[in-house]
Amino acid sequence: MMDELREKAARWQESLANDESQRRETVSGVPLKALYTPLDIEQLDYLRDLGFPGQPPFTRGIHQDMYRGRLWTMRQFAGFGTARHTNERYKFLLSHGETGLSVAFDFPTLYGRDSDDERARGEVGKCGVAVSSLEDMETLFSGIPLDKVSTSMTINGPASVVWALYIATAEKQGVSADKLRGTIQNDILKEYIAQKSWLFPPEPSMRVITDIMAFGAKEVPQWNTISISGYHIREAGSTAAQELAFTLKDGLTYVEAGIAAGLDVDVFAPRLSFFFNSHLDFFEEIAKFRAARRIWAREMKETYKAKNPRSWLLRFHTQTAGCTLTAQQPENNIVRTAFQALAAVLGGTQSLHTNSMDETWALPTEKAVLIALRTQQLIAEETGVASVIDPLGGSYFVESLTYELEKQAYRYFEAIDGMGGMVKAIENGFPQREIADAAYRYQRLVDQGRRTVVGVNKYQLEGEKLEIPLLKIDPEVERSQCERLAQLRKRRDNLKVKKALDDLKDACRSRDNVMYPILEAVRQYATLGETCQAMKDVFGEYREPPMF
Amino acid sequence: MGKKLRILIAKPGLDGHDRGAKVVARGLRDAGFEVIYTGLHQTPEMIAEAALQEDVDAVGLSILSGAHMVLIPETMRLLREKGAGDILVFGGGIIPEEDKKALYEQGCGRLFGPGTEIREIVEYLKEKFPDS
Repeated sequence: MMDELREKAARWQESLANDESQRRETVSGVPLKALYTPLDIEQLDYLRDLGFPGQPPFTRGIHQDMYRGRLWTMRQFAGFGTARHTNERYKFLLSHGETGLSVAFDFPTLYGRDSDDERARGEVGKCGVAVSSLEDMETLFSGIPLDKVSTSMTINGPASVVWALYIATAEKQGVSADKLRGTIQNDILKEYIAQKSWLFPPEPSMRVITDIMAFGAKEVPQWNTISISGYHIREAGSTAAQELAFTLKDGLTYVEAGIAAGLDVDVFAPRLSFFFNSHLDFFEEIAKFRAARRIWAREMKETYKAKNPRSWLLRFHTQTAGCTLTAQQPENNIVRTAFQALAAVLGGTQSLHTNSMDETWALPTEKAVLIALRTQQLIAEETGVASVIDPLGGSYFVESLTYELEKQAYRYFEAIDGMGGMVKAIENGFPQREIADAAYRYQRLVDQGRRTVVGVNKYQLEGEKLEIPLLKIDPEVERSQCERLAQLRKRRDNLKVKKALDDLKDACRSRDNVMYPILEAVRQYATLGETCQAMKDVFGEYREPPMF
Repeated sequence: MGKKLRILIAKPGLDGHDRGAKVVARGLRDAGFEVIYTGLHQTPEMIAEAALQEDVDAVGLSILSGAHMVLIPETMRLLREKGAGDILVFGGGIIPEEDKKALYEQGCGRLFGPGTEIREIVEYLKEKFPDS
């Protein structure tokens, strides 16, 4: 039958134009045919490569009943100004049907510095909320019972300290650590590759992460101790295949580090989760999510010999692609985001953040974020796409593309292994260079008009004026934040703070788990900056060699 | 044609979003300029110092963090203080119109927004430095 099909397909192809004008490719440059048939998935074995939802290799989803059992978590990334402003926004979102919190921190916090640090000038509360102490964290979650919500925190370099602040806040609410559910991003390898908010050099950073995994497994068992993040890799300009390859390789590197630190893979691996970008190319994105699950299951099972089926599952959060939003005709971003969100849902995401239309200009207004949340609710409750599991599974095209992306990821794995692993590859600047090349290639396609961006290089509006309202951060935020910090430093027991920070330095020098002294330091109201500085005193600071 | 134009592309502040800065740096290099890139997390002091040491004609600041109203004027002030007020400071990133106006009034060069084509920046610099 396949031979007959091959012959008929060739005949069908004959009458089709086959010149330059017919050339199509995905956003990532994967060449596309006009039509896909069973011939394109001949190499796939259904039971081996697809299987059933909830069964390895999980290509069709990680749960047996997927969204019929439970919809994805609707989690809008939010944070701006002071902890008090952001607390109000959380209550607003929760009251409108959001089902999980996601904290966006400002740059000083992401970079492990207090709001009154000299380097923080002009940045406090601008791109997220400022959290410099336990006092700020208490305010951030005031009136929000931490045993009832799950909280995701986008924090990496200072993840250990910010997580300790969260745990200490829960203690104050009378909630014990074993009740806490949520995620710290805590993906430092991605910081060196893309987001660039690092504190220490790679080696001590990896040690802190294994301490976090060990502490989490023991004390905060329901917590996801790393969310391995391709999102920022994609925002830095990578292709879908690069996002897939570098993210999974980072994940496997954490697994190796955990095993090397003497942890049982089946103890920590079930708490690893992922975070992907959902970009413009609808089918390529769906294929990427499906390929990711298949690769992870295979590697965890075959290469790392995990026995617990939960260690094989790739669970992931998705955010629609901020970098695809345009400053021009910003209302169009609502539509872009809806397509990207749909791709994430068709790809089987466990949690989703939809961007707001105004985010090329500022952090979202209430109205803009509400439309973004409603976009998810529309997909979930009006379109019917959540009724059937992996509805595009079996599509000749989607299966073929899934296979293609998987192959490309393995090509990158081989290159990285050839360099001695991911940490070495990062030190050599390999992923950074690959991404910078891809970003430049994409920009050239846009500049040449070979890749359309509606409203930017096609269908522009002459003399366009921005007609949507924007959120403004009052410069007063920085002043009041600094003042509160100054008062805190006077009020607390500074001898106890110093003792706690000295204990932390001792732990950093020894092999003791750093989480316990960090937790003790923040309980004494040592600030984020002071705690990170104590660790930098021992571990040193990372500096990136500038390259472009 | 005079000497090759020397441009410093700089990332002030704490934000690590350097896709734009790197893409522009490459684009300007491909257009025939000498380009130096500072790398991330620079203070205005570090940028002004690098501009002097590298003897550049212009400094392009890339800021997406919202800290532009502090970091751009401070960089310009330091350049003037060091006797290098003739170095053109221009930039790019997410900068609202009213902030742009205020910065132009302080003598800042063009501020490019998201969606800018590289050739617009090249044309602007060629216009500003017709002898190079």
